Amino acid sequence: MSDVPENLRYTSDHEWLRLEDDGSVTVGITDHAQEALGELVYVELPESGSDLGAGDTCAVVESVKAASDVYSPLPGTVMATNESLAEQPELVNGNPYGEGWLVRLQPTDSSALESLLNAEAYTRFLAEAED
Amino acid sequence: MSKRTPIYPRHESAGARLVDFGGWQMPLHYGSQMDEHHAVRRHAGVFDVSHMTVVDLAGDGARDFLRSLLANDVDKLRQPGRGLYGCMLNYKGGVIDDLIVYRTGQSAYRMVVNAATRDKDLAWIERHAAPLDVTVDERAEAIMLAVQGPKAMELAAPLLPSGLEQSAAALRNFACCEQDGWFVARTGYTGESGWELIIDDARAGLDFWDALLAAGVQPCGLGARDTLRLEAGLSLYGQDLDEDHSPLVSGLTWTVAWEPAERNFIGRAAIQSEQSAGPRLTLAGLLLEDRGIMRHGQRVFTAAGEGVVTSGGFAPTLGRSIALARVPADAAGHCEVEIRNAHRRATLVKPAFVRNGQVLVDLDS
Repeated sequence: MSDVPENLRYTSDHEWLRLEDDGSVTVGITDHAQEALGELVYVELPESGSDLGAGDTCAVVESVKAASDVYSPLPGTVMATNESLAEQPELVNGNPYGEGWLVRLQPTDSSALESLLNAEAYTRFLAEAED
Repeated sequence: MSKRTPIYPRHESAGARLVDFGGWQMPLHYGSQMDEHHAVRRHAGVFDVSHMTVVDLAGDGARDFLRSLLANDVDKLRQPGRGLYGCMLNYKGGVIDDLIVYRTGQSAYRMVVNAATRDKDLAWIERHAAPLDVTVDERAEAIMLAVQGPKAMELAAPLLPSGLEQSAAALRNFACCEQDGWFVARTGYTGESGWELIIDDARAGLDFWDALLAAGVQPCGLGARDTLRLEAGLSLYGQDLDEDHSPLVSGLTWTVAWEPAERNFIGRAAIQSEQSAGPRLTLAGLLLEDRGIMRHGQRVFTAAGEGVVTSGGFAPTLGRSIALARVPADAAGHCEVEIRNAHRRATLVKPAFVRNGQVLVDLDS
């Protein structure tokens, strides 16, 4: 069973979001996603300052098996990206909710966060997907 | 319902990630594909390759049959105990499959062909064998294991039946020996030294698997098998080889035995004309200079024209992406690969990146 922390929001594309104290939102991929992808060998991240619409590709994660797009769950501006992943993409596998974060966004509309899945709903979503 | 090899219970109890491959449920990895890859480069690994198709051919017509069936010439196998790699072609010169054939007796041969191509291979073989004095016997029940890596033979030798140990240790590349239902060949698909073994008795095969693991040999899945063979520059049927391309445009001209000129193997006429005209394409290696990962199907732009990535991925030994690509025959130097709508720089190299633990390409080019 994969790890689904309580305090985060989730998408059905297996991304997690955390609302920070300054109003920005940190985005990563879930434990389930990293497990399904396999060992990551390359992560492509957007330029800081770039504007993303909801559903735009905000990162590409490539494992030994395949490449996979990560979509921006919210519209916003890229505040920061996890530069450690250039040399250590495997951080996403080892700690997807911590050192393996991908992008920090300043959302143009953070109310959209409320409409995303909470931990319970995402856990249920995972269980249903397995059936 | 996909098929399971006799080793399957071990994959399951080891918690392997299982995938369907050519109708077989096979281990992709046992936890870390990267660790398995490095284990084979630095120490020793074992692969369950029992899904591969083993076909025994025997009879007075076996030699003539194989001299017609294969683009390489089994007459190079001057005595039993030798093997060679080659292609089985269709009449247009396209590759039906690549395979290894061993001479196991005066008029007896053993072929190992791919799992995913089993049905069409057997149909083709049986059709052409039918009028001749040759029996075709698929050894579907056999266990096939590949033990590979610098320490592989040293660790595996003491685990062989007594008597076989010495003859196996003495094998040269592509040579083979047999004893009591154990077949050992000095072959592999990783670029490292090692053996491929075919074991008739399932119990003996399982015990050997267990003994290898107890001796510290790393079980490895199809994931590591793919990255190891890509680094070694070895072709994968269905990606680098197919029925629409001849061995001449697939980096396998060396496996075609043109002499003697009177040997009329299937596909000869077609590839002979292609050879005279000069093959327009070749299979090159690509080393990515920019960041990113090259993948099968991506377009390649060279000064001599366009090509396509046939196999691509991340090379754990090199820490960057490499590929095999079918490109214009005179392409050389630098090129660009279209990766996810962006053009990335790559260098064309000889398609052998790593052999026997040594990096063969210049990473600073």
